[in-house]
Amino acid sequence: MADEQAIFPDSEPVIDVENWNVYYGDFLALKGIFLKVPKNKVTAFIGPSGCGKSTLLRCFNRLNDLIPIFRAEGRMTYHDQDLYASDVDPVQVRRRIGMVFQKPNPFPKSIYDNIAYGARVNGYQGDMDELVERSLRQAALWEEVKDKLKQSGTAISGGQQQRLCIARTVAVQPDVVLMDEPCASLDPISTLKVEELIHQLKENYTIIIVTHNMQQASRVADLTAFFNVQVVDGKRQGYLAEVDRTEVIFQNPKEEATQQYVSGRFG
Amino acid sequence: MQPRAASERFFDTAFKRLALIAALAVAAALLWITCIVALRALPALSEFGLEFLVTSTWNPPRNAYGILPSMYGTVVSSVIALMISVPIGLGVAIFLSEDYIPPGVQRILVFLVELLAAVPSVVYGLWGIFVLIPFLKEITPLRGPGMLPAALILAVMTLPIIAALARDAISNVPIELRQASVGLGATRWETIFRVIVPAASSGIIGGIMLALGRALGETMAATMLIGNSTNNISLSVFAPSSTIAALLANQFAEASGLQVAALMYAALILFAITLVVNILAQVVIRRLQRI
Ligand SMILES: Nc1ncnc2c1ncn2[C@@H]1O[C@H](COP(=O)(O)OP(=O)(O)OP(=O)(O)O)[C@@H](O)[C@H]1O
Ligand SMILES: [Mg+2]
Repeated sequence: MADEQAIFPDSEPVIDVENWNVYYGDFLALKGIFLKVPKNKVTAFIGPSGCGKSTLLRCFNRLNDLIPIFRAEGRMTYHDQDLYASDVDPVQVRRRIGMVFQKPNPFPKSIYDNIAYGARVNGYQGDMDELVERSLRQAALWEEVKDKLKQSGTAISGGQQQRLCIARTVAVQPDVVLMDEPCASLDPISTLKVEELIHQLKENYTIIIVTHNMQQASRVADLTAFFNVQVVDGKRQGYLAEVDRTEVIFQNPKEEATQQYVSGRFG
Repeated sequence: MQPRAASERFFDTAFKRLALIAALAVAAALLWITCIVALRALPALSEFGLEFLVTSTWNPPRNAYGILPSMYGTVVSSVIALMISVPIGLGVAIFLSEDYIPPGVQRILVFLVELLAAVPSVVYGLWGIFVLIPFLKEITPLRGPGMLPAALILAVMTLPIIAALARDAISNVPIELRQASVGLGATRWETIFRVIVPAASSGIIGGIMLALGRALGETMAATMLIGNSTNNISLSVFAPSSTIAALLANQFAEASGLQVAALMYAALILFAITLVVNILAQVVIRRLQRI
């Protein structure tokens, strides 16, 4: 496995994962993950369904804590701070590491309140109107909704809802943005808008994106991690097969499975 | 493509007709009951008019009737009951839909709360007479049946309705909303009170309105506990009072002539109050669902 320190020598790792195992009950879902996520870069997670991409993503902001049977082993640090140390408050972690979900999930509140909610619970003191406008602009949604900020966030199109969710996430000004298949329910035009947004966000944020779309990974990602599934004792466990610069993963991967997956000849 | 089988078409139309008949029958029954009650109330309606609603005398020997004290008692006992059962019921619902306790224990508790709704109201009444009132007499100025024990029992009776419906509404809130809120750095309590409960509000309000309807119309327990004082209004919760339902239950057996008409009139008023509550509930729920 390539050492990412060498892949992006100028970029310090924001998140560093060492020998990470995840269990759901007795089921080992992810095994032996080593990964360094470089700062201000886009890292893409690709791989077949069920290999644990979302699972790992949810480990970064401790969202798996909501799942009672979840258990993890190994070490995961964020700016050298152990994310799973007993004195770490998961609420604080989630304020720094934001998430956009696969399915648009706006709150049944007004568009304005959807954005303001995160800022309010984070104790934001500044000008709320200004923050709402800026976040909506960043998510390329302002022009479409500026006249209906009081309307429900659930009464707009699916693509608009997803951009609203992105705006909501950037409004709390996190450090890292996790995106779990953010374009899975979007049309090609909205998808391109989201990708443009990712390019802009990269300047200030570190982004990790899960995608099933190979073109998307090659368009937006600097680093690509390919996850795969291996069957051990009849159980499917996910592992990180290969991680490298996106060009390398797509043009000259070391692993046979990666080559097959990115060229669509998988399985 | 094959045409649909004749038998399938037959069942289809037969089912549609049956459903239509059933729906019409329900509407007809409601209309019929209303008409009969209104008809029998006519003598009292023409005798007392709207005065009936603001008069505080219920005097069968003199044939003077007014239901202000019973209306007051109906509304106040229900409101006090709900002021107690809504916060507790909502708390129980939240507690039972979060993961504070092991799922096994949780299921048993849910079952027990729902069992509270299965206790017959006469049993609540008996318990009120033999346990609650003696206990309240020890610690409050209460001297016998009155507003307080009636309202407390109504609170216990409405609690399971609110708890069960609010819990359903809360657990029907999509997990994605909880994840979204928690993912933005909200605490568990912020998530519950600012996302989950608002998202469940139409179901919760529906439960509260159902409970209110139950409290307004509750007859047995109210009759047994409220003291049936139909002639004066006391602002003290320790004094006896009356409700419209209790008034009807107490008097219909010996009533005759104009008294029957007055009771029918009172029934009509009770019906109108519950109808208004239900319509208000629909309006509120529709409003909330639009957001
Ligand atoms: N809450 C859970 N409880 C139990 N098992 C789970 C849970 N979530 C995921 N798993 C299991 O963990 C494995 C990895 O799931 P995960 O959702 O991370 O896959 P994924 O790579 O994101 O797949 P997809 O591309 O389909 O979204 C799967 O075998 C899945 O069944
Ligand atoms: Mg997934």
